Amino acid sequence: MNAIKSLEDLKKIREEALAKRKITETSGATQVIVGMGTCGIAAGARETMKAILDFIEEKNLPNIIVTQTGCIGLCEQEPIMQVVSGEQQKVTYGKVSGEVARKVMQAHVVEGHVVEENVIPV
Amino acid sequence: MREISLHILDIAENSVNAGSTVVRITIIENLNKDELIIQIEDNGKGMDEDTVRKITDPFVTTRTTRKVGLGIPFLKAAAEACQGGMVIDSTPGIGTTISVRFQHSHIDRMPLGDINNTLLSLIVGYPEVRWIYTHQVDSREFHFDTEPVREILGEISFSDPDVIKYLKGTISQGINGMAVR
Repeated sequence: MNAIKSLEDLKKIREEALAKRKITETSGATQVIVGMGTCGIAAGARETMKAILDFIEEKNLPNIIVTQTGCIGLCEQEPIMQVVSGEQQKVTYGKVSGEVARKVMQAHVVEGHVVEENVIPV
Repeated sequence: MREISLHILDIAENSVNAGSTVVRITIIENLNKDELIIQIEDNGKGMDEDTVRKITDPFVTTRTTRKVGLGIPFLKAAAEACQGGMVIDSTPGIGTTISVRFQHSHIDRMPLGDINNTLLSLIVGYPEVRWIYTHQVDSREFHFDTEPVREILGEISFSDPDVIKYLKGTISQGINGMAVR
Protein backbone atom coordinates (compact mmCIF):
# COMPACT_ATOMS: atom_id res chain seq x y z
CA MET A 1 0.00 0.00 0.00
CA ASN A 2 1.22 3.43 -0.89
CA ALA A 3 0.41 5.55 2.15
CA ILE A 4 2.01 8.73 0.78
CA LYS A 5 -0.06 8.61 -2.37
CA SER A 6 -3.20 8.10 -0.34
CA LEU A 7 -2.49 11.16 1.83
CA GLU A 8 -2.03 13.14 -1.41
CA ASP A 9 -5.49 11.92 -2.41
CA LEU A 10 -6.77 13.28 0.88
CA LYS A 11 -5.41 16.76 0.11
CA LYS A 12 -7.36 16.72 -3.16
CA ILE A 13 -10.48 15.63 -1.28
CA ARG A 14 -10.03 18.58 1.08
CA GLU A 15 -9.72 21.10 -1.76
CA GLU A 16 -12.78 19.74 -3.53
CA ALA A 17 -14.79 19.66 -0.31
CA LEU A 18 -13.85 23.28 0.43
CA ALA A 19 -14.97 24.34 -3.05
CA LYS A 20 -18.28 22.48 -2.65
CA ARG A 21 -18.79 24.00 0.77
CA LYS A 22 -18.66 27.54 -0.63
CA ILE A 23 -21.60 26.74 -2.88
CA THR A 24 -23.77 25.09 -0.22
CA GLU A 25 -22.78 27.28 2.74
CA THR A 26 -26.13 29.08 2.98
CA SER A 27 -28.14 25.87 3.55
CA GLY A 28 -26.35 24.93 6.81
CA ALA A 29 -25.31 21.48 7.98
CA THR A 30 -27.70 18.69 9.02
CA GLN A 31 -26.67 16.63 12.01
CA VAL A 32 -27.40 12.89 12.15
CA ILE A 33 -26.76 11.02 15.40
CA VAL A 34 -26.76 7.24 15.88
CA GLY A 35 -27.08 5.62 19.33
CA MET A 36 -24.14 3.24 19.80
CA GLY A 37 -24.40 2.04 23.39
CA THR A 38 -24.29 -1.71 24.14
CA CYS A 39 -28.06 -1.83 23.64
CA GLY A 40 -27.85 -0.06 20.26
CA ILE A 41 -24.97 -2.22 19.03
CA ALA A 42 -26.79 -5.42 20.04
CA ALA A 43 -29.90 -4.21 18.17
CA GLY A 44 -27.94 -3.56 14.95
CA ALA A 45 -26.85 0.10 15.19
CA ARG A 46 -23.63 -0.56 13.27
CA GLU A 47 -25.72 -1.56 10.22
CA THR A 48 -27.82 1.59 10.68
CA MET A 49 -24.63 3.67 10.69
CA LYS A 50 -23.36 1.83 7.61
CA ALA A 51 -26.63 2.47 5.73
CA ILE A 52 -26.40 6.21 6.53
CA LEU A 53 -22.76 6.50 5.44
CA ASP A 54 -23.41 4.45 2.28
CA PHE A 55 -26.34 6.74 1.45
CA ILE A 56 -24.22 9.90 1.86
CA GLU A 57 -21.49 8.39 -0.31
CA GLU A 58 -23.87 7.13 -3.04
CA LYS A 59 -25.87 10.35 -3.28
CA ASN A 60 -22.75 12.48 -2.81
CA LEU A 61 -24.35 14.62 -0.09
CA PRO A 62 -22.17 17.33 1.43
CA ASN A 63 -22.88 19.22 4.68
CA ILE A 64 -24.12 16.30 6.77
CA ILE A 65 -22.40 15.66 10.07
CA VAL A 66 -22.83 12.08 11.28
CA THR A 67 -21.85 11.28 14.86
CA GLN A 68 -22.42 8.56 17.43
CA THR A 69 -23.62 8.72 20.97
CA GLY A 70 -23.95 6.30 23.90
CA CYS A 71 -27.14 4.87 25.43
CA ILE A 72 -29.85 7.53 25.74
CA GLY A 73 -32.13 5.40 27.94
CA LEU A 74 -34.57 4.12 25.31
CA CYS A 75 -32.96 0.70 24.86
CA GLU A 76 -36.18 -1.01 23.73
CA GLN A 77 -36.37 1.42 20.77
CA GLU A 78 -32.84 0.79 19.52
CA PRO A 79 -31.35 1.27 16.98
CA ILE A 80 -32.06 4.98 17.43
CA MET A 81 -31.30 7.75 14.95
CA GLN A 82 -31.72 11.48 15.54
CA VAL A 83 -31.84 14.24 12.96
CA VAL A 84 -31.23 17.94 13.61
CA SER A 85 -31.90 19.95 10.49
CA GLY A 86 -31.08 23.66 10.51
CA GLU A 87 -33.13 25.51 13.13
CA GLN A 88 -35.65 22.67 13.56
CA GLN A 89 -36.02 20.68 16.77
CA LYS A 90 -34.24 17.35 17.13
CA VAL A 91 -36.36 14.47 15.77
CA THR A 92 -35.80 10.98 17.25
CA TYR A 93 -36.50 7.83 15.24
CA GLY A 94 -36.78 4.34 16.80
CA LYS A 95 -36.13 0.80 15.54
CA VAL A 96 -34.11 2.20 12.67
CA SER A 97 -33.03 -0.69 10.48
CA GLY A 98 -30.78 -0.01 7.50
CA GLU A 99 -33.89 0.28 5.35
CA VAL A 100 -35.58 2.79 7.68
CA ALA A 101 -32.32 4.76 7.87
CA ARG A 102 -32.26 5.13 4.08
CA LYS A 103 -35.90 6.23 4.11
CA VAL A 104 -35.19 8.88 6.79
CA MET A 105 -32.09 10.07 4.93
CA GLN A 106 -34.07 10.56 1.70
CA ALA A 107 -37.30 12.00 3.15
CA HIS A 108 -36.06 14.01 6.13
CA VAL A 109 -32.43 14.89 5.44
CA VAL A 110 -32.68 15.42 1.67
CA GLU A 111 -36.32 16.52 1.18
CA GLY A 112 -37.06 17.99 4.61
CA HIS A 113 -40.15 15.89 5.52
CA VAL A 114 -40.23 14.19 8.92
CA VAL A 115 -41.03 10.44 8.59
CA GLU A 116 -43.86 10.46 11.15
CA GLU A 117 -44.47 6.68 11.32
CA ASN A 118 -40.95 6.06 12.65
CA VAL A 119 -40.76 8.97 15.11
CA ILE A 120 -40.69 8.06 18.79
CA PRO A 121 -41.60 10.39 21.69
CA VAL A 122 -38.61 11.36 23.83
CA MET B 1 -23.31 -9.90 20.13
CA ARG B 2 -21.99 -12.58 17.86
CA GLU B 3 -18.96 -10.84 16.41
CA ILE B 4 -15.72 -9.81 18.10
CA SER B 5 -15.83 -6.61 16.04
CA LEU B 6 -19.15 -5.66 17.69
CA HIS B 7 -17.54 -6.13 21.11
CA ILE B 8 -14.66 -3.92 19.98
CA LEU B 9 -17.19 -1.24 19.04
CA ASP B 10 -18.79 -1.61 22.47
CA ILE B 11 -15.52 -1.36 24.44
CA ALA B 12 -14.31 1.56 22.33
CA GLU B 13 -17.60 3.28 23.14
CA ASN B 14 -16.70 2.94 26.85
CA SER B 15 -13.32 4.53 26.11
CA VAL B 16 -15.01 7.52 24.46
CA ASN B 17 -17.42 7.87 27.39
CA ALA B 18 -14.40 7.88 29.73
CA GLY B 19 -13.18 11.03 27.97
CA SER B 20 -10.35 9.46 25.95
CA THR B 21 -8.65 11.52 23.24
CA VAL B 22 -6.49 8.65 21.94
CA VAL B 23 -7.70 5.06 21.58
CA ARG B 24 -5.46 2.27 20.26
CA ILE B 25 -7.16 -0.85 18.94
CA THR B 26 -4.78 -3.73 18.32
CA ILE B 27 -5.62 -7.13 16.90
CA ILE B 28 -2.93 -9.80 16.78
CA GLU B 29 -3.63 -13.06 15.02
CA ASN B 30 -0.78 -15.46 15.63
CA LEU B 31 -1.63 -18.63 13.79
CA ASN B 32 1.53 -20.50 14.90
CA LYS B 33 0.67 -19.93 18.55
CA ASP B 34 -3.03 -20.41 17.71
CA GLU B 35 -3.83 -17.13 19.43
CA LEU B 36 -6.10 -14.18 18.80
CA ILE B 37 -5.42 -11.14 20.95
CA ILE B 38 -7.57 -8.03 21.05
CA GLN B 39 -6.35 -4.99 22.93
CA ILE B 40 -8.09 -1.65 23.45
CA GLU B 41 -5.95 0.97 25.14
CA ASP B 42 -7.26 4.42 26.01
CA ASN B 43 -6.15 7.55 27.83
CA GLY B 44 -9.52 8.12 29.48
CA LYS B 45 -10.23 8.77 33.14
CA GLY B 46 -9.40 5.20 34.22
CA MET B 47 -10.84 3.19 37.10
CA ASP B 48 -9.73 2.21 40.59
CA GLU B 49 -9.23 -1.46 41.52
CA ASP B 50 -12.64 -1.76 43.07
CA THR B 51 -14.39 -0.51 39.93
CA VAL B 52 -12.33 -2.82 37.70
CA ARG B 53 -13.41 -5.75 39.86
CA LYS B 54 -17.03 -4.64 39.66
CA ILE B 55 -17.31 -4.06 35.89
CA THR B 56 -16.76 -7.74 35.18
CA ASP B 57 -19.78 -8.45 37.38
CA PRO B 58 -22.95 -8.26 35.24
CA PHE B 59 -24.93 -6.59 37.99
CA VAL B 60 -22.77 -3.51 38.29
CA THR B 61 -22.79 -0.48 36.03
CA THR B 62 -22.03 3.21 36.44
CA ARG B 63 -24.61 4.21 33.90
CA THR B 64 -27.74 5.90 35.13
CA THR B 65 -29.82 5.27 32.02
CA ARG B 66 -30.07 1.50 32.48
CA LYS B 67 -29.29 -0.71 35.44
CA VAL B 68 -27.24 -3.57 33.97
CA GLY B 69 -24.00 -3.35 31.96
CA LEU B 70 -23.40 -6.58 30.09
CA GLY B 71 -20.81 -5.84 27.40
CA ILE B 72 -17.64 -6.61 29.40
CA PRO B 73 -18.91 -9.70 31.30
CA PHE B 74 -20.18 -11.27 28.07
CA LEU B 75 -16.88 -10.76 26.28
CA LYS B 76 -14.95 -12.12 29.27
CA ALA B 77 -17.14 -15.23 29.39
CA ALA B 78 -16.77 -15.72 25.62
CA ALA B 79 -12.95 -15.56 25.89
CA GLU B 80 -12.86 -17.93 28.87
CA ALA B 81 -14.98 -20.42 26.92
CA CYS B 82 -12.22 -20.41 24.25
CA GLN B 83 -9.17 -21.25 26.39
CA GLY B 84 -8.49 -17.55 26.84
CA GLY B 85 -9.45 -14.73 29.13
CA MET B 86 -9.63 -11.03 29.77
CA VAL B 87 -7.24 -8.73 31.64
CA ILE B 88 -8.18 -5.16 32.58
CA ASP B 89 -5.36 -2.84 33.52
CA SER B 90 -6.52 0.59 34.62
CA THR B 91 -5.12 3.57 36.48
CA PRO B 92 -7.27 6.53 37.52
CA GLY B 93 -6.21 9.62 35.58
CA ILE B 94 -4.05 7.61 33.14
CA GLY B 95 -6.35 5.30 31.22
CA THR B 96 -7.50 1.74 30.72
CA THR B 97 -6.20 -1.19 28.71
CA ILE B 98 -8.44 -4.17 28.11
CA SER B 99 -6.78 -7.27 26.66
CA VAL B 100 -8.72 -10.29 25.52
CA ARG B 101 -7.23 -13.56 24.35
CA PHE B 102 -8.91 -16.41 22.47
CA GLN B 103 -7.64 -19.70 21.13
CA HIS B 104 -7.72 -18.79 17.43
CA SER B 105 -8.97 -22.16 16.19
CA HIS B 106 -11.42 -22.81 19.03
CA ILE B 107 -14.72 -24.14 17.69
CA ASP B 108 -16.72 -21.78 19.90
CA ARG B 109 -14.75 -18.65 19.06
CA MET B 110 -17.01 -16.06 17.50
CA PRO B 111 -15.75 -14.62 14.21
CA LEU B 112 -13.96 -11.28 14.08
CA GLY B 113 -16.80 -10.17 11.81
CA ASP B 114 -17.12 -6.87 10.05
CA ILE B 115 -14.16 -5.02 11.55
CA ASN B 116 -14.18 -2.61 8.57
CA ASN B 117 -17.52 -1.19 9.60
CA THR B 118 -16.62 -1.09 13.28
CA LEU B 119 -13.63 1.11 12.39
CA LEU B 120 -15.56 3.29 9.93
CA SER B 121 -18.29 3.80 12.50
CA LEU B 122 -15.86 4.84 15.26
CA ILE B 123 -13.72 7.08 13.05
CA VAL B 124 -16.67 8.95 11.52
CA GLY B 125 -18.83 8.83 14.64
CA TYR B 126 -16.16 10.19 16.99
CA PRO B 127 -14.02 12.48 14.83
CA GLU B 128 -12.56 14.25 17.90
CA VAL B 129 -10.86 11.02 19.03
CA ARG B 130 -7.53 9.90 17.54
CA TRP B 131 -7.99 6.27 16.51
CA ILE B 132 -4.89 4.12 16.05
CA TYR B 133 -5.59 0.70 14.59
CA THR B 134 -3.01 -2.06 14.26
CA HIS B 135 -3.89 -5.47 12.91
CA GLN B 136 -1.34 -8.24 12.53
CA VAL B 137 -1.85 -11.61 10.93
CA ASP B 138 1.42 -13.49 11.51
CA SER B 139 4.06 -11.28 9.84
CA ARG B 140 1.64 -9.09 7.89
CA GLU B 141 0.50 -5.83 9.41
CA PHE B 142 -2.03 -3.07 8.72
CA HIS B 143 -1.61 0.15 10.63
CA PHE B 144 -3.97 3.11 10.41
CA ASP B 145 -3.78 6.31 12.42
CA THR B 146 -6.43 9.02 12.02
CA GLU B 147 -4.10 11.83 13.15
CA PRO B 148 -2.53 12.59 9.73
CA VAL B 149 -5.98 12.33 8.13
CA ARG B 150 -7.36 14.89 10.58
CA GLU B 151 -4.38 17.20 10.02
CA ILE B 152 -4.82 17.22 6.26
CA LEU B 153 -8.60 17.53 6.28
CA GLY B 154 -8.65 20.37 8.80
CA GLU B 155 -12.24 21.61 9.14
CA ILE B 156 -13.60 19.16 6.54
CA SER B 157 -15.92 16.62 8.19
CA PHE B 158 -15.19 12.88 8.31
CA SER B 159 -18.74 12.40 7.04
CA ASP B 160 -18.05 14.23 3.76
CA PRO B 161 -18.95 11.76 0.96
CA ASP B 162 -15.44 11.72 -0.52
CA VAL B 163 -13.87 11.26 2.91
CA ILE B 164 -16.21 8.31 3.61
CA LYS B 165 -15.12 6.78 0.31
CA TYR B 166 -11.46 7.37 1.16
CA LEU B 167 -11.78 5.84 4.65
CA LYS B 168 -13.70 2.81 3.36
CA GLY B 169 -11.14 2.24 0.61
CA THR B 170 -8.10 2.62 2.86
CA ILE B 171 -9.51 0.31 5.54
CA SER B 172 -10.66 -2.43 3.19
CA GLN B 173 -7.41 -2.30 1.22
CA GLY B 174 -5.45 -2.66 4.47
CA ILE B 175 -7.56 -5.50 5.85
CA ASN B 176 -7.72 -7.37 2.54
CA GLY B 177 -3.96 -6.99 2.22
CA MET B 178 -3.53 -9.27 5.21
CA ALA B 179 -5.79 -12.06 3.98
CA VAL B 180 -4.04 -15.42 4.03
CA ARG B 181 -2.82 -16.16 0.52
